[in-house]
Amino acid sequence: MSIKVRYFASLKESLGSEGVELFVTEPLTVEQIWSQATGQVGLPDNILVAVNMVYVDQTVEITDGDEIAFFPPVTGG
Amino acid sequence: MIKLLAEAFDPFEEVKRFQEQSAGSACAVGATSIFIGTMRDFNEGDPVVSMFLEYYPGMTEKQLKDIVAEAIGLWAVLNVLVVHRVGDISPGDPIVVVAVEASHRGDAFDACRFIMEALKSKAPFWKKEQLKSQKSRWVGNNSKGYAPE
Repeated sequence: MSIKVRYFASLKESLGSEGVELFVTEPLTVEQIWSQATGQVGLPDNILVAVNMVYVDQTVEITDGDEIAFFPPVTGG
Repeated sequence: MIKLLAEAFDPFEEVKRFQEQSAGSACAVGATSIFIGTMRDFNEGDPVVSMFLEYYPGMTEKQLKDIVAEAIGLWAVLNVLVVHRVGDISPGDPIVVVAVEASHRGDAFDACRFIMEALKSKAPFWKKEQLKSQKSRWVGNNSKGYAPE
């Protein structure tokens, strides 16, 4: 299964990456994706998560073809 | 109508165009509420010389569309305009315009405020400030729009 992982704003800068393509053999949770993509254990509290451009919580399972985005609190307007 | 612009814009021209395009319902419009947000030259006590506004192409537009749809479901709104800047911004530049047309002022005021506050907390935009001190920093959080109860 192919999963597109994206980072934005300060998270993109601190990780030094715009994202990564992950190839996994089974559906993973948001937190498992975070760990595989970044090598970090545990998703920081203030990070927001969107799957296919919809906000989700950490319990959602990510499946083939999904785009998952991690980003800090939004500051528009 | 939702627009993301990478160049500086005149909010009053945008509102004028919006009103021209929604002229079909002009006779039903009894109230237009307009919010314009502009960039300050200071933040958290520091002089700010410029700002970069990052966004998530696709999701930002989707979130704005969902917020407008929610407002239309909650209030008797006739037409809505949301214009938001992205990219490099200078102090004094407009960042956002929300205009809401309704038959009555209560709906126009409340829907306009709702859209602005929802945009501030849900729409994926991020500001990076360039300070006069040569340092740069990401804005960590938007301030609360409503007074604490």
